[in-house]
Parts: sequence; structure tokens; C-alpha cells
Amino acid sequence: MGRITLDKVRKAFGDVEVIPPLDLRIEDGEFVVFVGPSGCGKSTLLRLIAGLEDVSGGEIRIDGTDATNLSPAKRRLAMVFQSYALYPHMSVRKNIAFPLKMAGLDKAEIDKRVEGAAKVLNLDSYLDRRPGQLSGGQRQRVAIGRAIVREPSAFLFDEPLSNLDAALRVGMRLEISELHKRLATTMIYVTHDQVEAMTMADKIVVLQAGHIEQVGSPLELYRTPRNKFVAGFIGSPRMNLIEGPEAAKHDAHTIGIRPEHLMVTPEGGTWTGKIGVSEHLGSDTFFHVTVPGFAEPLTVRAGGEVDLHYDDEIHLTPDPAQIHRFDAEGLRLA
Amino acid sequence: MATQHSRSAARLMMSPAVFLLLVWMLVPLIMTLWFSTLDYRPMRGTFDCCEGLGNYSRFVTSSAFLDSIVATLQLVGGVLVITVVGGVLLAILLDQPIWGQGVVRILVIAPFFVMPTVSALVWKNMFMNPVNGLFAHLFKGLGLQPVDWLSQYPMFSIILIVSWQWLPFATLILLTAIQSLDSEQLEAAEMDGAGPLSRFGHIILPHLARSITVVVLIQTIFLLSIFAEIYVTTSGAFGTRTLTYLVYQRVIESQNVGLGSAGGIIAVILANIVALVLMRVVGKNLDA
Repeated sequence: MGRITLDKVRKAFGDVEVIPPLDLRIEDGEFVVFVGPSGCGKSTLLRLIAGLEDVSGGEIRIDGTDATNLSPAKRRLAMVFQSYALYPHMSVRKNIAFPLKMAGLDKAEIDKRVEGAAKVLNLDSYLDRRPGQLSGGQRQRVAIGRAIVREPSAFLFDEPLSNLDAALRVGMRLEISELHKRLATTMIYVTHDQVEAMTMADKIVVLQAGHIEQVGSPLELYRTPRNKFVAGFIGSPRMNLIEGPEAAKHDAHTIGIRPEHLMVTPEGGTWTGKIGVSEHLGSDTFFHVTVPGFAEPLTVRAGGEVDLHYDDEIHLTPDPAQIHRFDAEGLRLA
Repeated sequence: MATQHSRSAARLMMSPAVFLLLVWMLVPLIMTLWFSTLDYRPMRGTFDCCEGLGNYSRFVTSSAFLDSIVATLQLVGGVLVITVVGGVLLAILLDQPIWGQGVVRILVIAPFFVMPTVSALVWKNMFMNPVNGLFAHLFKGLGLQPVDWLSQYPMFSIILIVSWQWLPFATLILLTAIQSLDSEQLEAAEMDGAGPLSRFGHIILPHLARSITVVVLIQTIFLLSIFAEIYVTTSGAFGTRTLTYLVYQRVIESQNVGLGSAGGIIAVILANIVALVLMRVVGKNLDA
């Protein structure tokens, strides 16, 4: 079980309200990702759920019972920290066994569970090492091991991959996703990386300045962003946002078009511009195109083998079905 | 300029300082060694050579020697226990966010700046004096018989005075160690179900082990040579005669430089043995 409900949860540090009253429902077994730019309050929100920070108002319910004033240990949640927070003077075995020892389990049961977790995470051969002798990815796995032995009702991850290099990050991302499929336990995951959010989440919560901007599945957020912020934040490279007369043609204050929804044609086309920087990824090429009359260059996705170069003229046609329209407040127009 | 060249130039430029330090250290040591083999009693005008190891055996076999070793161990051990335990507790206290933290920290460190003689005099006359001392007033106020600290509990009193001086040192080092503890570790332990006491025992104390080792090592070296506090308070009476003080008495009060020098050499050897043992026993904390 792991159903978590936030009801008008509010957090203020002194006079500064970092999280205005906020409602959120997290269903049992869901993989929920909190995503947003740094300082948006996503980590604070996670710490409120964990109980490491006290709420300034509102109610947190875990599996239907009020957990607002419960101590972190009693909430039956396990957390994986950004720094891993392993205990440096204990061996891997003792690190993983620590929560069980604190819970007062007998030694045979502790050993059994630690061995089990080590097997799941491929840590068997490292059990007697100290954290200082492990690589970043292994430390990460120990931290996850320490979380899963407790058999919590939900896992909380606080930017767990941000200290790993790019290749390891992709690997760990997969491992965490597989772990979620296997355990089918609720997971709440905080990240500033929208790629992690898109690839791992069942449900994404986009936060800005403590506000929830939108909640939905990755594809929902990609297809129908509720406002300009979500539109710009989800998707990589980010959506082109165009204001002015071009937008007025579509009866909107701003229109948005993703780089993958702009078609490159040799002639004709709606807009004509000059290629600035091009980024060749092999499978795709991204052009930054300066179009006269547009405030910012457009990002365009083209095939990997396109024969276009710096300063070439390029013709672009947006897919009319994929134009997102926003009003002056930045809200989506139907 | 190549590293090799700059290295030899550096050696050349450092040599006067190194030479001076060597002379500074070696001349007294060699003179002490030399005196320790003489029958040198200036007041009687004796300056006779070739005592051999006579001074050493005389120093070691006197009953005062064993007593002085016991007194030294009591003093060093007592002060170490009080400063380490008190230092850990004070460091935890000072690590809490409190109003006026900066001022409190400076006040806590202040005793370290007071000269040993001065602090011993202050304690002797203002706190421990059985008639005028603050403790005496306190006891009288509670309707109790005032205690004459320095004659009734002389060793305890000196331990108290020395601990008061060294507590700031221990606190300072342990405070910086506590501040370097990753707060996420404590939070992780909290989520793992560890209460405040378990967190202290399983996380904070192991984290402090290295700094406690440093405190013990450094303090032991300095505490073995405690002198002013004993001189000012009990003058070595009532079982407070440490090895250092015994050497002083042999040289100055008995005017027997030969015997005192032998004692001094023995003290140096013992101090080195203690240092070696300490490095073996607690020094392994410094690895890794």
C-alpha cells in the first residue's frame, strides 16, 4: 500500500511562503515525478512528505491515516538522498542492515533481508566494503538497497542521479524503472531533468515557485501543456514560442510549435530563415534558424543526413495540427 | 626554473632556520644528558664527574618516583576524560542554532587565552578559597560546610582547573568536526528509525572518532608537562607531585642538578613511550 494524499499543504520559512496551499493525490503503485527548475520547491515538497520538514498548514495522509505530525520513522517511507547519505564508517552490509537493526529485527531475519536486497541490486560481492571504496553507481545502489530492505509503503528519491556521469545515469534510470515494475511500490522521484521525468514517470507533477502547474502522464503533458511554462519545460529541445503578428494570425497571444513539428522544405513554406548553429546528433540534426521578424531563433529538427549548412536559406512549415495556442496570461487556448 | 633547481635553492634558504632549530633543541638535550652523569650540586660547590647511571638509579628507586607517575596518570587521565566528554557535549550544544551563537562561541573559547598561572590563581583565590571563594559562599548559602578544595581534594581541584583550560580546545576541534557532518546522513538515519540517542551513538560519535583521537594525542603531550597550575596551587603537596614537578623539585629545591637531569631524561623517554603507545592504540583512527 502506498496512497499519499496532500490536502492544502503549505510551507513557509518565516515570512517566505515557498509552497502555497497545494493538493495532490498519489495512487498506490504509481511512479510520480516532481519536476521543475531549481528552487521551485520540489525538494521541499518531498521533504514535507518524508517528514523531514514540518508543514505550516494542511494535512498529509498516507494510506488514509493522518501522517501530518508523525515522525519520519513512523511514516513507513524510505528515502534515497542526492548525496546517497551512506554511513561512511559502516560496511555496505551494515549500511543496508541499519534500518532493520533500528527496527529491532533479529539477526537471522536481518541477514536474510540484506542478502536478498544485495542479490536484487548485484551488490553481493561488495557487502564487506566501505562506501568510500565504491564507485558512484555502486553507492547509489547501496542507498537504494538500504531503502528497499525496509519494505516501505513508498520510496522517495531526491535527485538521486544528479551526481552520476551521463552514461551511468541512463543505466541507473533503467534500473530504477525496472525496480519499480518489479516491486510495484509507490515511488516519488524529484528531478530537474525533464528527460528523467518523461522516461520514468507514470505521472509527472510540474512545479514552479511552489505551484503545481500541471499534473498528468508524460504524453498528456507533451501533447496538451496547460500553459506556456509547461510547454517550454517538457520536451527536448524546448518548444519554440512565437509572439506578435504570426501568433495573431492564429487568434492567440503566443503560439508554440515543437522542433519536431516543423517541416523543412526546399522551397515555399510558411517561414523562411537562415541557418545559424546546427547540432548533428547522427539520428537527428537540430538547426537554429533566424527568421526575420521573430524575436528568437527557431529550433528545427531535421533528419540526420540533411545537406544544409551554416547561412543556407531554409523553408519551414509548421504542422497545423500541432500548433499550441496560448493567451496573454500564458494559458492554453482550446 | 626547473623544480630540481628551486628545490635545492629552497633547501639552501631553509638551512639557517633548520640549523638554529637543531641547535636550540640539541644543545639543551645534550647538556641535560651530560649533567645527568655528574654529581652536580651548585649550592655545595660539587661538580664531580663520572656518576655513571647512579643518578638514574637513585631517581627511579626513590619512593617519590612511583607516586609521581601515579599522580601524572591521574592528572592526564582525569583531564582527558573531562575534556573529551565535556567537549563532545559542548560541541553538540554549540552546533544548535541559538540566539547570540557567535558571542557564545567566543566566550566558550575564552579560557584558552588565559595564561595557566593566572587561571590557577583565579581558581585558587576566587573559587576554591574556603573563606572567600565563590564555592565557599555557595556552600554557605545552601547551609553546608565550605570545602577547602585544594587541601581536601587537591588532585581533583587541579584536574578541574586544567580541564577548564583545555575544554575550549577540545570543544573547538570537535565543533568543527560536527559541523562537517553531512546533515543528509542524520536525516537518513532519522528516516531509518534511529532516535536521537541512536543517531548520536551510530552516526555522530563514529564521525567524531578521528577528531577525538587528535584531541587525545595533542592534549596528552601538553598535559604531561603541566607545571604552573601545580606550582601556584599546591606546590606539589598532597599527592599532586607529577613527574614534571618532581624533576623541578630535584633541581631547584634540592639543588641537585645531576639527579634532576636524570629525572628529566627519564621523563622524556616515558613521554615518548606514551606517544608511541597512543599512536598505536588510537592512531589507527587517523588512517582511511
